[in-house]
Amino acid sequence: MPATTKTNFQLFTNGILNENPIFRLALSMCPAVGISTTVMNGIMLGIAVLFVQVFSSCTISLIKNYIHPRIRIPTYTLTIATWVTVIDLVLAAFLPAAYKEMGIFVKLIVAFAIITMRLEIFACKNSVTSSFWDGVGMGLGFMFGMMAIGFVRELLGMGTILGHDVLGFRPLLFFVLPAAGFFCVGIMMAMFNYVELVYNRKKRAEKR
Amino acid sequence: MIFSVRKSIYLTVLLIISLFLLGGCRSEHPFVKKTAFKDADKILIEFAGAVDESWARNPANYTVFEKPDPDIRLIIKDISISADHKKVTLIFEDDLNKNQPHILTAANISHGGKSLGSAILNVKKFYLGYLFSILIGAMIINNFVFTKYLGLCVFFGTSQRKSTAVGMGITFTMVMVASAMISWFIYQFILQPYRLDFLQIVVFIGLVSLSVQAVDTVLRKVNPVLFKAFGVYLVLVIANCIIIAVPLILADNQYNAWESLMLSLGAGLGFLIALFLMSSVRERLELANVPPTYRGLPIAFVLAGLFALAFLGFSGMSIF
Repeated sequence: MPATTKTNFQLFTNGILNENPIFRLALSMCPAVGISTTVMNGIMLGIAVLFVQVFSSCTISLIKNYIHPRIRIPTYTLTIATWVTVIDLVLAAFLPAAYKEMGIFVKLIVAFAIITMRLEIFACKNSVTSSFWDGVGMGLGFMFGMMAIGFVRELLGMGTILGHDVLGFRPLLFFVLPAAGFFCVGIMMAMFNYVELVYNRKKRAEKR
Repeated sequence: MIFSVRKSIYLTVLLIISLFLLGGCRSEHPFVKKTAFKDADKILIEFAGAVDESWARNPANYTVFEKPDPDIRLIIKDISISADHKKVTLIFEDDLNKNQPHILTAANISHGGKSLGSAILNVKKFYLGYLFSILIGAMIINNFVFTKYLGLCVFFGTSQRKSTAVGMGITFTMVMVASAMISWFIYQFILQPYRLDFLQIVVFIGLVSLSVQAVDTVLRKVNPVLFKAFGVYLVLVIANCIIIAVPLILADNQYNAWESLMLSLGAGLGFLIALFLMSSVRERLELANVPPTYRGLPIAFVLAGLFALAFLGFSGMSIF
């Protein structure tokens, strides 16, 4: 693939809408199921992923001309691992409460497929600026996905949003259960598919 | 002939190493013969000789806590001592959680008026039973896929066919055990003594990639038939979060070699079980009439949710 011709804004929105990591690419599902019980968790892990994604994208795109193609995957892995270590230590030092809530998932960012994938198909072929915007878009897309799932689960499960009582009662306590993460993601994916189906049908009807 | 001699030497060395490692689990003070749990709320200490009754009956001489929570001291209600003054039984206010190893400190053990120094003792259940409970715990009770939600990308990717699922599961178990043991060794003997704990993520992910490469090379030379069957799944193993989560859990909990082996084996077999269950259902699902919006991943997620609910039934179960 030659260097991208998209503008920075297109790269930015690409990650949030067209190639949303959670709903469209279906990558990095573990945190989407595991710790999406509240909106706050989604925001925190989203920020961590955003930083790791942006920093590693920029690093790889800076040194792309010096990486031998045969060792590119180990290089990506080590770059990501370094940045994850940095984020892990920073969070543990400055936000210990949130860090405890997320548990092992911060360290597991290193194994998220989405980050390696972006480095492989985008950052190693494009300029630093493009990679930066692509990273920001992907990170924010991940964060919005996590927040959307967290929003549904928190609202339906506990009747709260960001800890504030909104509904005053608990509609479906079931959604707080850890196992409900699977149902929630599955049903939301089906909803996205449905919207896409209806949209395509309309488009086809307009063409005629 | 030469090969068998060499094999037996390897076996002997392995046996000696394992005995040495198991030996580390026995009582730590020369005067203490044995410690054990008794009934629901008692700990029995057996000494090599008679201890002074006045010392043994003083609750201030003992501190007991569960290994993970050193701040929470367990309260001793009563102490009984046998007729020959060799066995002391501590009776606690509450029932003990026997799944956790307990640390018992006996201060200034007194024998015939002389102090023999303090002893820090590890009270554990029957050791093999404890190891077995770690294995079953990682495999079923705390199944990594259905109760910890790890390794989902690979789980959904390879659970479409039973043959793929079994191949992936077996490959994963092999790599899991190999890489977890290497990481355990590196963490215990290199990272910790030199205070390099903060490098654990970088080191563990590097070790995982290395061991995948090593298994690839070894399998290709030693057993080409097996390599043909399982080689394709090796690449996918790296993308699985469980393989990096297990070394991190081992490092956090300070497990010893046997416990690490059991946990990694349990994690691998648990993944195999999860894949097999899921693939059996998904094969049948192909014949079912699924609504078009739910085809593919969404229905697989709902299915996994049902499995997770079923696995919730195992929670809180304890063996031995």
